[in-house]
Amino acid sequence: MSVLEVAGLRTHFFTRAGVVKAVDGVDFTLQRGEVMGLVGESGSGKTVTGFSILGLVDPPGRIVGGSIRYRGEELVGAPDERLRELRGNRIAMIFQDPMMTLNPVLRIDTQMVEAIQAHERVPKKAAWERARDGLGQVGIPSPEERLRAYPHQLSGGMRQRVTIAIAFLNAPELIIADEPTTALDVTIQAQIIYQAQKVCRERGAAMIWITHDLAVVAGLADRICVMYAGRIVEAGPTDDVIDRPLHPYTVGLLGSVPSANKRGQRLNQIPGMTPNMLALPKGCAFRERCARAGDACLAEPGITEPAAGRALRCFHPHGIEVPA
Amino acid sequence: MSVPADSAPGAPEIGVETPFQRFRAEFFESWIAAFALGLLGLIVVLALLAPWITPQNPYDLGQVDVLDGKLPPGSRAYTGYTMWLGSDGAGRDLYSAILYGLRISISVGVASGVIALVIGSTIGLIAAYAGGRVETVVMRLVDLQLSFPAALIALMLVAVMGRGIDKIIIALVAAQWAYYARTVRASALVESAKEYVEAARCLGLGHARIVFRHILPNCMAPLIVVGTVQTAHAIALEATLSFLGVGLRQTEPSLGVLIANGFEYMMSGRYWISFFPGIALLLTIVSINLVGDQLRDVLNPRLKK
Amino acid sequence: MSVPLIEVRGVTKHFVKRLDLAGKIARRLGADVDEEVVHAVDAVDLAVRPGEVVGLAGESGCGKSTLGRMMAGILPPTDGEILFEGIAASEMSGAQRRAATLAVQMIFQDPFASLNPRLRVEQIIGEAPLVHGLVDRGGLSDYVDDIMRNVRLDPALKRRYPHQFSGGQRQRIGIARALAVRPRFLVCDEAIASLDVSIQAQVLNLFMDLREEFDLTYLFISHDLSVVEHIADRVVIMYLGRIVESAPTEQLFSAPRHPYTQALLADVPRLDQRKHDFSPVAGEIPSPLDPPPGCHFHPRCPHAMPICRTQQPVLREIAPGAFSACHLDGNSGT
Repeated sequence: MSVLEVAGLRTHFFTRAGVVKAVDGVDFTLQRGEVMGLVGESGSGKTVTGFSILGLVDPPGRIVGGSIRYRGEELVGAPDERLRELRGNRIAMIFQDPMMTLNPVLRIDTQMVEAIQAHERVPKKAAWERARDGLGQVGIPSPEERLRAYPHQLSGGMRQRVTIAIAFLNAPELIIADEPTTALDVTIQAQIIYQAQKVCRERGAAMIWITHDLAVVAGLADRICVMYAGRIVEAGPTDDVIDRPLHPYTVGLLGSVPSANKRGQRLNQIPGMTPNMLALPKGCAFRERCARAGDACLAEPGITEPAAGRALRCFHPHGIEVPA
Repeated sequence: MSVPADSAPGAPEIGVETPFQRFRAEFFESWIAAFALGLLGLIVVLALLAPWITPQNPYDLGQVDVLDGKLPPGSRAYTGYTMWLGSDGAGRDLYSAILYGLRISISVGVASGVIALVIGSTIGLIAAYAGGRVETVVMRLVDLQLSFPAALIALMLVAVMGRGIDKIIIALVAAQWAYYARTVRASALVESAKEYVEAARCLGLGHARIVFRHILPNCMAPLIVVGTVQTAHAIALEATLSFLGVGLRQTEPSLGVLIANGFEYMMSGRYWISFFPGIALLLTIVSINLVGDQLRDVLNPRLKK
Repeated sequence: MSVPLIEVRGVTKHFVKRLDLAGKIARRLGADVDEEVVHAVDAVDLAVRPGEVVGLAGESGCGKSTLGRMMAGILPPTDGEILFEGIAASEMSGAQRRAATLAVQMIFQDPFASLNPRLRVEQIIGEAPLVHGLVDRGGLSDYVDDIMRNVRLDPALKRRYPHQFSGGQRQRIGIARALAVRPRFLVCDEAIASLDVSIQAQVLNLFMDLREEFDLTYLFISHDLSVVEHIADRVVIMYLGRIVESAPTEQLFSAPRHPYTQALLADVPRLDQRKHDFSPVAGEIPSPLDPPPGCHFHPRCPHAMPICRTQQPVLREIAPGAFSACHLDGNSGT
């Protein structure tokens, strides 16, 4: 059985200025032990997708449709109590800002022991030992000492490692990581990615890694979903999506990465601005920035399966001739 | 909303709402604040229109008759009009006296507020921008001043200077400039650390231009909030001083003077002489404070939902 | 060789956190408190030739932004000199200093904080040229239109306020503001870091176009090595306040000499590296409050030798135009 099945998920925000369809029809399935990269720019809905799965969407936002099944159990409309039980236990999360997880006035050991005892009846001593081992597993030197520290005494990278250790404390089956390395330095980012990957492999946990950086997920994910304006426009195995992208947006995004271009030459930029979610064009939301768009794109493209394991929302994909 | 800024829906909000429209919409989200603003508007309009909507000019001794003194609410005056709120010991119609008193109370509050705001914020801005020793000296002075109750400082000053509108205003300014200085300095420090100020320096713009054209306009939000609350304080403080008999003279009857005048009759059952001016003072101060609270909630980014 | 457009010699910047009154009293009473000194930039030499694009890369706390701000004239150095066209700032006449101030401009990271929210776009762009007399009031409107077209913004939008623009457009406004005083040298401090990927490419292209149109020289500061690799002719790598390596771009990326540069390059995520097992460089970046003695990188360096712990390696030329500060390069630390 798959760990997570998301079908037709729609999360909308009802603001004074209008309805923002932050997530508007997202489907994907996650298998045990699989790492999925959820890639998109600001306003693409990638973070709101993650928050929806965790049941953390606050007003004026609301899940207005679709289903989220964790091991077959429907989470949309599930009572808060059940969601709390799952969160931090079966489904764990890592945020961009570690201070969203850590309480600044409590010592690390207090927080970690609490996290274990909230979901399991364990004697304090055993919980403490598990916390210590957890810190060791994410590459924190002298974990006993770090356990006695307060969050502000640790560096940014160290704090993020602690939140990863907390996320893995109760052997979760699903981790949702929202841009956990964006605020970190290159060498520290590499360490965090390495640790997260290692722990995932050892525990067989599935992970959704939400990011704007294709290069990060290229080295990390089994599968990539590219989001644009609230929808997944392209999905497939990492190698396929990066080496043989089909959607013009994915092609543009890959072309925008400097290392994919010849040094010193103009980059293959995507024209136009990131979409205004209050005034999306009719039909395909990418239409106005797309060189291949035609009259067909005034209608909304449905999901097609151009090859095994791939999904696409486009009338004029790359690699397939545009009908004249 | 607990969604990080990165994913804030509709990131580029182009021409959707101007900041003022958003501010207005958020302000009127609270019906209490809207009601308070309406009430305050009514009070100010009544005070402004006093000469045209009152039956009697309480300053004109020719219109005041001692025989009309201490009449209960609803009595008829000799000159023929009804004194809906009664009259005071000198025979002044209380409705008229209150509206005229409001004019004085509000003008004293607003005048001292504006002067204290200009002086205090200039000092605060200079302290923040100059830094170093200037800042230390100014801010210690502010701390020293803020460690005394404002009423005490004002009381001491009027005791030395004597009574009168000008002296009361000076005393109120002296008691309140420090609040403005502290507020402006705090937000000016935040603003001067921002990149647009660095950019202005990089472009070789002069200090005065950077301080007054770039930093000051961006400190206005907290200044407006403090200004509102301090104006209410100033009105209350003036009433306090006048009630104690060290504020305004009998010839400049503010609300505080009216309350003081009626106080001696309180025990003899002639409650209205103090009661109605008291209610007017209460409504004025409460409505200003409610407006100020809502301004703070709307303008303070840290309280944003 | 021509005179460098801008040069820093032995430039140092210390940030001192002074003790407050309580701290001073505590120290008088014998408490073990001291003023904290951050060695943000430590005796750095750097020369930028006219027309060159120098990329300055490094991780947080390496001092790259501080160095950029000193070169842009926003921060005064604690020690050392900054020369513009061979003349030290201290020896300039008033007119020369003003010309040098305008000739060096800065592009900032945050497209939100770097624009005054209370001013209209035309005021943001037009203020400095008007103040400095580069244009008169009558010609200002046309001048602003021209500058906006230079950065590919529609002049029809000049009456708007910054909040009515997207991040990428705001960054263009910031570039226009700098271009309006006809600079020759731009310090770009993480100028594209906070933009979306597709917008980053647009702004990076704009920088490359402007360089040709206006004959500009750049110091391009970025933590993102792929950006630096793309735009720079020469790359300078900093670590904890010191330059550790400087070389022509091709050379630095194909054959990095300094172990820190090597580690940095290995850790950069790349599109063509799939499912690879990271073997990241170990350890944290030390606090610039208390940098390690000798070579700052030695606690994390796989090749560290005893000498690295005691002696600071000097930046020396190891190949034409390529400099490295490492004892492995036969550097005896003279």
